[in-house]
Amino acid sequence: MSTLLIVALVGALAVVGYVLGVRRAMASADGDLRLLHSLKGYYGQNVALLVLVPSLLVLVIWMTVQPLLIEQSVLGMISNTDVAQGSSRSLMMADVRRVADGLDVAVAQGAMSRDAASDVRVDFTNVRERLASVGVAVGSTVTQSTLEAAQKFRALAATGNMIRGIVVLLIAAAGFGYALKQTDKDFRARNVVERGILVLLIAAASIAVLTTLGIVFSLIFNTIDFFESFPGADFFFGTRWEPSFSGRGGASDLGFLPLIWGTLYISIIALVVAVPLGLFAAIYLSEYASNSVRSIAKPVLEVLAGIPTIVYGLFALLTVGPLLVNIFGADGLLGVNWMSGGTAAMTAGLVMGIMLIPFVSSLSDDIINAVPQAMRDGSYGLGATQSETIRQVILPAALPGIVGAVLLAASRAIGETMIVVLGAGAAASLSLNPLEAMTTVTAKIVSQLTGDGEFNSPETMVAFALGMTLFVITLALNVVALIIVRKYREQYD
Amino acid sequence: MNDMRIVKRDVDMNDIKISAKGVQVYYGDTHAIKDVNVEIKDKTVTAFIGPSGCGKSTFLRCLNRMNDTIDICRVEGSIQIEGEDIYDKRVDPVQLRAKVGMVFQKPNPFPKSIYDNVAYGPRIHGLARTKADLDEIVEKSLRRGAIWNEVKDRLHAPGTGLSGGQQQRLCIARAVATEPEVLLMDEPCSALDPIATAQVEELIDELRENFSVVIVTHSMQQAARVSQKTAFFHLGNLVEYGETGQIFTNPQDPRTESYITGRIG
Repeated sequence: MSTLLIVALVGALAVVGYVLGVRRAMASADGDLRLLHSLKGYYGQNVALLVLVPSLLVLVIWMTVQPLLIEQSVLGMISNTDVAQGSSRSLMMADVRRVADGLDVAVAQGAMSRDAASDVRVDFTNVRERLASVGVAVGSTVTQSTLEAAQKFRALAATGNMIRGIVVLLIAAAGFGYALKQTDKDFRARNVVERGILVLLIAAASIAVLTTLGIVFSLIFNTIDFFESFPGADFFFGTRWEPSFSGRGGASDLGFLPLIWGTLYISIIALVVAVPLGLFAAIYLSEYASNSVRSIAKPVLEVLAGIPTIVYGLFALLTVGPLLVNIFGADGLLGVNWMSGGTAAMTAGLVMGIMLIPFVSSLSDDIINAVPQAMRDGSYGLGATQSETIRQVILPAALPGIVGAVLLAASRAIGETMIVVLGAGAAASLSLNPLEAMTTVTAKIVSQLTGDGEFNSPETMVAFALGMTLFVITLALNVVALIIVRKYREQYD
Repeated sequence: MNDMRIVKRDVDMNDIKISAKGVQVYYGDTHAIKDVNVEIKDKTVTAFIGPSGCGKSTFLRCLNRMNDTIDICRVEGSIQIEGEDIYDKRVDPVQLRAKVGMVFQKPNPFPKSIYDNVAYGPRIHGLARTKADLDEIVEKSLRRGAIWNEVKDRLHAPGTGLSGGQQQRLCIARAVATEPEVLLMDEPCSALDPIATAQVEELIDELRENFSVVIVTHSMQQAARVSQKTAFFHLGNLVEYGETGQIFTNPQDPRTESYITGRIG
């Protein structure tokens, strides 16, 4: 039974339950609204909620757990000898899943009969070509064990889906019956619905949190795979980034240091640009600007935050890069030859700094405005000028919050990709010269995954390790920022 | 030169310190203060009383031009401190505020150490040549603020960690540290408990030896306890101004009588 059908049936049952719930409640009160404990709609909602929530919850859990269980049982069928060189168990498993899905698609399109699809002999059924003909590409030739595993996978999934449909519908029907039986003029439907809504809101909040966990887990497993085929010490402490794609042969140097160096260098240039400009803009806007100036300048500044980063990237590539070459390049204004091409750490850093100005300024502006007026009055009352007040009272009071804002900006700078791809170049180098091309972790993740390398090679899998490391770094920055911001918040409450 | 000033002060001890003539204050279109004339004496505590919104705080803030920080506020008329018009174009409001200190309704210590709070004004105005000078000013101010004994062992603890009454006395110490000639207090006890209030009132009485003190208060008992002169404001007008004893026992204006007996407010 397909998921869509189950959801549709449960939904229909909920609608029917709503109508019947309302009717039953009205009937129990002899049609007099005033005798009901709650408004009649609540009785209907109570039934609908009891039909929908438990059954759909079970459906979601089932859909998450079933593939895991099936994979566990199928995984046993793949023996170690079948795991091809340079591959891994989880990659084999991906193949199995792909073949199984492909067979389903083939049956659905009528390219294979149900019996042929259940056939387990590779040599006769010629699985790879047949699947290709219905638009499912399988990476390598399908081996006997893969096909057997795929067939087992299909069988288990089909049984699982059938049981799932029955269980979910039974739960929905049970909820339907129970809720209708409860419905009576004295039943406190309003209170029950209130609690139901609370549960729904909690569920919405937890989905956001669980997604974060999901992202972490999806990275973790691939990262572990990578470290099985590539030594961790070489990754974390290697000073050379020279991936060799399978076509050219030879071992790769996948050193993390040049990339994180590029990331930090470019981020620091960006922050050196963004923090003073953003902070001064915030001070002007919150302390000096008249209302009319602020009402125009603030939104205009915040428009900067709405520009897509790829546009900033083009700005770096077409305007800032050539401009810097005109100054620092050969035949440039300074008569030095420090810069050979437009793509450089400096180009990307400057443009990224411009991108970050609105983040710093708008967060700092809020924080400066949150400093109580009493602080300013106290300082002015002692004969301090405006800038003395800002320097000695307002900024120290707002400092923790401003540090938080800067850290948030920093984690954005570290995660930025497009400006780097277009502005900083692609060469990973451990150079101190900001006018030289550099690259960052994010830019390399893109290039490793979009290349034509095999998916199961360390050269590709390194992207997950890079992503995971970056995630940990930005997470740490965000946590520090949050702690600082929270500490600040307690000060004036 | 300092000595000469002290001698001079002794001579005209009961002279007029602040003289306001025909003061009008507008907040946008609202006419908040209507033609107020008042003469405040040196080394005296003058209390401003009156119902909420009568303009007493607004008038107080005119005396050190704190109203300049409010965009829509406009002040007309003349206010002279020792014969000098403080709204003259040549007067720097920042310098003026060093001379006319202010203590606010809610204690507002800066989020700095107790020492730095008191040293703030002297540092800005360059009153101390050496670190020892500054230490001396801080100690003297804290003693004048009647809080020295409580904080001498923790001068470098944050000022925000003190109790409300201590914070307010710290703010008074901070205000006297710049050696002002006039001390303005805007309901300095309204956020304090009775014990802290009593301490601050005692302190105000001591401050009278060195400063001219102007205090806005909602408590008529407080006005009666601490002040020598009282001004009663009502709806932006200065209704009556005179000796405190006379205002509370024998008011000339029926509105004053109604207010102090609790019939209007």
